[in-house]
Amino acid sequence: MVEKPKAPAAGNSRANTKKELPEHLKAYKHIWVMLELERGVVHPVSWELMGEGRKLADKLKVDLCGVVLGAPGTTDGAVADCFGYGGDVCYVVEHPSLSDYRNEPYTKVMTELVNKYQPETLLLGATNLGRDLAGSVATTLLTGLTADCTELDVDAEGSLAATRPTFGGSLLCTIFTLNYRPQMATMRPRVASVPLLTPGRTGRVIRHDVSLPEEDIITKILAFLPDGTTNKSNLAYADIVVSGGLGMQNADNYQLVRDLAGVLGAEWGGSRPLVQKGWIPTDRQIGQTGKTIRPRLYIAAGISGAIQHRVGVEGADLIVAINTDKNAPIFDFAHVGIVADATKVLPALTETFRKRLALAATRSAAE
Amino acid sequence: MHIVVCVKQVPDSGQIRVHPVTNTIMRQGVPTIINPYDLFSLEEALRLRDKHGGEVTVVTMGPPMADQALRKCLTFGADRAVLLTDRFFAGSDTLATSYALGQLIEKVSATWGAPDIIFCGKQTIDGDTAQVGPGIAKRLNLLQLTYVQKIEDFDFDKKEITVHRRAEGGIQVLKTKLPCLVTMLEGTNEMRRGTMADALRAARAGIITWSAADAGITNLALCGLKGSPTIVKKVFAPPARAEKAFQIEVADKSYEDICDALLGEVYKRQPALEQDMVKMAPGY
Ligand SMILES: Cc1cc2nc3c(=O)[nH]c(=O)nc-3n(C[C@H](O)[C@H](O)[C@H](O)COP(=O)(O)OP(=O)(O)OC[C@H]3O[C@@H](n4cnc5c(N)ncnc54)[C@H](O)[C@@H]3O)c2cc1C
Ligand SMILES: Nc1ncnc2c1ncn2[C@@H]1O[C@H](COP(=O)(O)O)[C@@H](O)[C@H]1O
Repeated sequence: MVEKPKAPAAGNSRANTKKELPEHLKAYKHIWVMLELERGVVHPVSWELMGEGRKLADKLKVDLCGVVLGAPGTTDGAVADCFGYGGDVCYVVEHPSLSDYRNEPYTKVMTELVNKYQPETLLLGATNLGRDLAGSVATTLLTGLTADCTELDVDAEGSLAATRPTFGGSLLCTIFTLNYRPQMATMRPRVASVPLLTPGRTGRVIRHDVSLPEEDIITKILAFLPDGTTNKSNLAYADIVVSGGLGMQNADNYQLVRDLAGVLGAEWGGSRPLVQKGWIPTDRQIGQTGKTIRPRLYIAAGISGAIQHRVGVEGADLIVAINTDKNAPIFDFAHVGIVADATKVLPALTETFRKRLALAATRSAAE
Repeated sequence: MHIVVCVKQVPDSGQIRVHPVTNTIMRQGVPTIINPYDLFSLEEALRLRDKHGGEVTVVTMGPPMADQALRKCLTFGADRAVLLTDRFFAGSDTLATSYALGQLIEKVSATWGAPDIIFCGKQTIDGDTAQVGPGIAKRLNLLQLTYVQKIEDFDFDKKEITVHRRAEGGIQVLKTKLPCLVTMLEGTNEMRRGTMADALRAARAGIITWSAADAGITNLALCGLKGSPTIVKKVFAPPARAEKAFQIEVADKSYEDICDALLGEVYKRQPALEQDMVKMAPGY
């Protein structure tokens, strides 16, 4: 009942709905990106969104605006980068109660900003922060929200066309918020690339004052326990990723994936069944319900290339697939293929790379 | 204590197939399951009840057959199950869903007492939005704690809860007041099997089934397609890449030769990679 996307053949009568914006929403203009500032660092997905937002703003001839919330004196770097990554305007709200993310004060401030400055589109990262906040803001404003988008565009009428996987990732659907504003969407980290930074580029800063008495905020942060860095995956931002699938046949063979990754200085990961079998930890899963990656080189060994895996790796610059089945779907989107036994190819590949890299290292040391 | 858990019946999407020619979903015969993420929340609710006393009410909005999912929850040990079902809810997006569930929970409160905690799953495997939980919290004007890894402390007398919440780069230890809405992270616990007594009780128990009118929902303009600001305009299969993968010759070749050919191909397509690897990789 609540499965909203109708299959095309079923004929969705609403698919033909036309845009009819009520008068009071016509003033809503410009594209906003929420810049997720946490403990001094802006999440890279915010810059990825600035890159996508810039394209939309150029098409629509409107401003691209960043929005940054934080404790007093902590936002300067984010503001400078907002312009460096293509922003025309940056909205800044500084308050001691905004020092760490909490749903209550952040929802209050974001809704206040939206109601006052009236953006046509509000984009957030599909991170824990972004998803937590977006749901609250959209429900408060009673507007539409499209979650976990993989592509953002505007249609001929200037409406936001947000595309996301549906039905467990087997299909994609494009969702519109025609008659409400702002149009809201969250986008997954790493489906877009971070745009080039132009240092020194400037724009307009709009500071907004808020009243947020700490005693009115019920949820308190007692502590922050940082993750240990050992063995923690950095898959999303790795340059090279080696991964294995069920074609590796057993947990012991999976070590061959890690061996190659070790020689390449790469991150290692795998398809979902490997997580389910307990061969690899959850944070090593690549794909729709795992990590989206954009490495320069992705080596997939014994992975069939199901759509849920594909959507997580398509942003890679170069995909190499090793699979015994020449008809495996992975060869439809890999750039280079090897039809062979991965348990044999991987050790040989590790050796070849080891030798070649040692050679290259000697060469560059000699220069 | 009263705990409400929102569960959704979803198609077992591992078994969904797309028709190769028409690109439509082939749903016939696809079994349904309880959204797997909801079970982590249900188990956490049952544990709180076992420790502090009280009742767990599971609720769902869905088609009449969703009562199967609720019955299953009873066999796990939930005390009561309510199904909200009505044609007016068809086509609901997350905003309309949160409205209906919010109204449903209001009615549950009026009937069996206001909940101290509402649990939702982190997300569903079909909708996959993680929005309905925050949406319900907003509709009911409740505090929310999402992506909870662990309930660190629960003081029912003081009406306080302390949790470990997953954030970027670490865990936030958050303390808030009841009532509130919690969504649990996957893998935080394991669903119990349920006792024989629970199974017998579940078999006898009736699922309480409400229509929109039964739940006191009168503003139907906020329900279903009408109450949904988002519109699905297009559903399509991902486009194929123009060309298939370049295949490295393997017939009658040694693995060494195959790998040499592969390296040549990789370095040709990514000329800067080798030097960068030497810089990045350890030990060269
Ligand atoms: C809602 C949902 C979400 C999902 N999310 C994800 C996700 O995030 N990530 C993900 O990966 N999957 C996900 N899946 C699962 C996905 O549909 C596939 O089932 C999964 O990706 C298949 O994993 P695999 O390729 O390792 O296994 P298989 O599909 O079994 O493929 C194994 C491959 O190995 C090949 N092979 C066998 N032996 C060898 C050998 N010796 N050498 C080389 N090749 C060999 C076979 O030809 C085959 O192509 C999801 C599914 C659902 C329903
Ligand atoms: N129709 C529904 N009935 C009951 N609970 C739901 C329903 N839809 C969503 N939920 C709850 O909201 C959570 C998040 O759903 P979603 O926003 O679809 O990812 C689920 O894990 C459920 O706990």
